[in-house]
Amino acid sequence: MNDTLALLFSPVALLGRTVLSVVAELGGFCIFLFQGLYRIVAPRPSAGKIVQQVYFIGVKSIFVIVLIGLFTGMVLGLQGYYTLVKFGSEGLLGAAVALSIIRELGPVLTAIMITGRAGSSMAAEIGIMRISEQIDALWTMGINPMRYLIAPKLAASLICFPLLTAIFDVVGIGGGYLTGVVLLGINPAVYFDRIDAAVELGDVTSGFVKSLVFALLVAAICCYEGYFTHARRDGFGAKGVSLATTAAVVVSCVTILVADYVLTSFLL
Amino acid sequence: MKKYSMETTVGIFVLAGLLCVAYLTVKLGKLEVLGGDRYPVTARFKDVTGLKTGAYVEMAGVRIGRVSGITLDTKDNMALVRLDIDKGVRLTDDVIASIKTSGLIGDKFVKVSPGGSDDVLGPGGVITETEASVDLGDLIGKYVFGGVK
Repeated sequence: MNDTLALLFSPVALLGRTVLSVVAELGGFCIFLFQGLYRIVAPRPSAGKIVQQVYFIGVKSIFVIVLIGLFTGMVLGLQGYYTLVKFGSEGLLGAAVALSIIRELGPVLTAIMITGRAGSSMAAEIGIMRISEQIDALWTMGINPMRYLIAPKLAASLICFPLLTAIFDVVGIGGGYLTGVVLLGINPAVYFDRIDAAVELGDVTSGFVKSLVFALLVAAICCYEGYFTHARRDGFGAKGVSLATTAAVVVSCVTILVADYVLTSFLL
Repeated sequence: MKKYSMETTVGIFVLAGLLCVAYLTVKLGKLEVLGGDRYPVTARFKDVTGLKTGAYVEMAGVRIGRVSGITLDTKDNMALVRLDIDKGVRLTDDVIASIKTSGLIGDKFVKVSPGGSDDVLGPGGVITETEASVDLGDLIGKYVFGGVK
């Protein structure tokens, strides 16, 4: 009798177990995030550390961000032109390009690119420090790894994401200009005039709010995955690091898109 | 030396980023950094369908300001539109404000036609002579269903 009952409820038990482990994971993540944020403010990490991270996350990403921004703008210009020309309103191209870049594509694509470029290496770096017991060594030396390792990365991300998003936006609008005006022959004054008329301060700020949230999520997820490499159940050692890096990128990208939807529905 | 060059590049990066932020917020987002070169007037409309904050105010086809706020006057259910007009522009108290559409499917804007009075509308003044926005759907409906005689 007891066995039959257990069999009957085993899918339910499985569901319960899964939910519990997800909740535990989320809780651990939130504690991790708040500890990192607290360490940015309270015993502040040295400015040199943050500058170093800004250099790594921000400066070294400029090239790829400019490239992606340029081609995103150019593609949008091309697609938008051939759609709008059917209605004889190709003058609206500027507005279409600028709004879609500033509201959505700028923050999202920037965040995804930085995840791939900097987030993955954050996870790998911290993961290797974890499995080679360097983090334990830090503890032993009386250095708080949250303050020494995680907080500078979080702070630098909060600085870099909005700046890179702004660069992406401006370059993207320039890309739209290249295809729309230079290649396809829209009046340049009309292009910029439409942008000027269509873009509101709310659009710009919502883009920056998004990029700040993404910065927090991406940096925290990537550091979290690396930091707890040793606690993974699906692999340890070098394999654990590779799994942690993969998980960091995948989870970050999914979270970015989900957060984007949620934020858009709040901000619009 | 190495550290110095890194700090310089970070500085350049932050500067470039901030320039882009400034362009986006001040130029595109119309953030008023230096206020005071405009004065507000209010216009009461029966209907402002489609008009948005930030839309242009034009007189004789020249831009003279922007719409800075749209609210409903709950007393008589009229739309109160706040217009920020450039300092140099003189509006008389009998100007006519009307809501027009640029092109057939373009954005709505407020067109101000000059009046003939000598009394100048100062800051905080109210434009009472207004023309509501034309609803294209309404117009077509009237035509199709015989509202037009």
